[in-house]
Parts: sequence; structure tokens; C-alpha cells
Amino acid sequence: MKASDIIKNGLIKENPTWVLILGMCPTLATTTSAVNGLCMGLATTFVLMCSNSVISLLKSMIPDKVRIPAFIVIIASFVTIVQLVMQGFLPDLYESLGLFIPLIVVNCIVLGRAEAFASKNNLWFSFLDGVFMGLGFTWALTLLGMVRELLGTGCIFGHSLIGGADGMLLFILPPGGFLCLGLLMAWINHLRNKSKATN
Amino acid sequence: MAKKAESTLINMLLSLTIIAVVAGAVLALVSGVTADPIAKAEQAKTENAIKAVLPEFDHLETKDIDGVACNMAYTADNSLVGIAVPATSKKGFGGDLGIMFGFDAEGNISGYQVLKTAETPGLGAKASEWFQKGGKGDVVGKNPNANNLTVSKDGGEVDAISGSTITSRAFCDAIAIAYELYKKGVNE
Repeated sequence: MKASDIIKNGLIKENPTWVLILGMCPTLATTTSAVNGLCMGLATTFVLMCSNSVISLLKSMIPDKVRIPAFIVIIASFVTIVQLVMQGFLPDLYESLGLFIPLIVVNCIVLGRAEAFASKNNLWFSFLDGVFMGLGFTWALTLLGMVRELLGTGCIFGHSLIGGADGMLLFILPPGGFLCLGLLMAWINHLRNKSKATN
Repeated sequence: MAKKAESTLINMLLSLTIIAVVAGAVLALVSGVTADPIAKAEQAKTENAIKAVLPEFDHLETKDIDGVACNMAYTADNSLVGIAVPATSKKGFGGDLGIMFGFDAEGNISGYQVLKTAETPGLGAKASEWFQKGGKGDVVGKNPNANNLTVSKDGGEVDAISGSTITSRAFCDAIAIAYELYKKGVNE
């Protein structure tokens, strides 16, 4: 295995959102704006990076039969750290994401990578896998947030593009989330198929 | 690769205990470090809300009105300029709607700020601007005693947020709750 494969897997080939379709709850719930999507992605990236590294280090010490509870304790600890730090130092962000931060614990991406990757690979690869799976999740959420924010409010990252326009509210609300997610996923998979065909 | 620990009872007990103890210790440490900033951030939020809703004042005095911590604002020579009253309406669309209201000495609404909201983004969440001065449902400067501050659908004079009558009703409900507290605060 090469480091470049791990990077490509996380960002594109096995992108958690577009290809593995994991962690849909935070994906739909927090992408009402690009900034929220970006921050949720980065918070998850931090947790993935730390939990993957620690689990990889401890993999020979954790007996198979209790690996899931052990993983959950490790993941939950990092999530709580993120939550406390955000609450103390970024109160505004905590306000808009607060509810979804504790839910990172049960995000299938984090547990999925611990089980499928970190518990079988060395520290360096697990760390890389955590970072780039996280970044893959982050770019997916940011893109989805940008599209929903643009259609829903006429803004990108809070800056208005179309003066005075109210936007189509539907896209900020849950149904718009499903619509955008489905259409983006179809488009991205179409691009992937095309590049596969030319290869 | 090091040999994997067998799933014996003692191994399972040991590994889980060690992980849990270490995790507990780390969390205790982080919680200790962040306790101060969290308390400060929350206090700063309340203070900013009080400053934003009241006319200019010199100093504040916290006063307990019916179990609610309100802030009485005074000028330098101790005459009352206004009261900041937090009120929570249970009638919100997505949950409790908590708002900090400011009243001047005559009982006019001098400002408000939404503290806690679970209203729909893009609809009910507009409450934080809609009822401000210059907003479409402007309530600032009105007096709940002289003006009928309920939504126009209920015969009042407040324009409800389009598509969010429930949130608007909750907002008016919060005004009424806050005004009751204000009256008690002034008369005591």
C-alpha cells in the first residue's frame, strides 16, 4: 500500500459521502450553509485523525471481543474534547453546530474507519487515512452546504451574490437537503464513471 | 506486528479498564481547562444581549423578579433607565423560544435579542431580525400596555413573519411574559 493510494481513496475513490454513503445524518442536517458544512467536516476530521491514530497504536492490546466498546470509548473521548474546546473558544460556532457535535460519536465513518482500517494498519497509514477520509467528508459537506446556501438564500459563505434576493427556502429545509444530495451524488458518480471509462 | 491480545476474561477486563481510566483522566483535564472559557463565553453572551437591548446606562443591578434574574439599569445618579428581562415562550415551533427583552423606564420595548431558538432556519429563525427596529414586524419603541402586541391574524398590530405564524405568536407570547415581569420589577 502506498500513501498516495490512501489519499486518493479518502478524497475520491472511496469518498465517505459520495461513494461509501456513510454518515448521512450530519451530512443532511448541518449543511444548511457552507460554513456549517466546513466546520462539521473539520471537527469530524479531527476526531477521525485522533481516533484512527490511537486505535492503531492500541490494536494489539485490545482483545477482539471487546474491540467495539474500546473503540467507542476512544472516539467518544475525542468528540467530548472537541465539544468542550468549541464551547469554550468558538461559542458562535458551537451555537449552530452544538447539537450535532456529540453525534460524531455515532457517525459510521469514524467507527467504520477504526474497524476497517486503523485496527489492521500501522500508525502512519491510519493517521493518513483518518486525515484524508475526514477531508473527503469535509469537501463533500462544504460543496453540499455551498449549493444549498446558494439556492436557498442567494449567498455563498454568508456573502450575498444576488442583492435583495430571498432564495428558494426549500433548499435550506430538509427536503432540499435530500434533493441536493441526490443530484450531486448522481453528478459526481457520473464524472467518476466517465473517468473510469477513459482510463 | 506485536502478538494480538487473546480474548480472555482478564485481558478484556484489563484493556477496557485501562482505556476507560485513561479516557476519564484526559477528559477531566480538558474539562478543567475549558471550564473557565465556557463560563466566560456564556456570561459574555448574556452581557452583550443586555447591552444590546437597553438604552444607554451607567451600571446594572441584578434583581430577582419571580425567580427570574433580571437586570435593572441605572444612570450615574441612580435613576432607572430600563430593565432587561429574559423570557421564554413554550409555544415555539421547534421548542422553547428564549428572548432577552429590554424595556425603558416608561415600559416601551427598547430592544430584544433572541437567546435560544430551535425555529426553522429561513422561516421562524428570522425572528432575530424581523421584529427589530426597521424590520417588517417592528416592535421596538412600542409599549405592550398601549399597543396590542399580538399578531395581526389575532387582531393585534404585529406583522407576523410570512410562513411562520406560530413563531410570531410565540414571540408575542414572550413579550407578554416579559412585560408582566417588567411591571412587577418597576412596582416593587
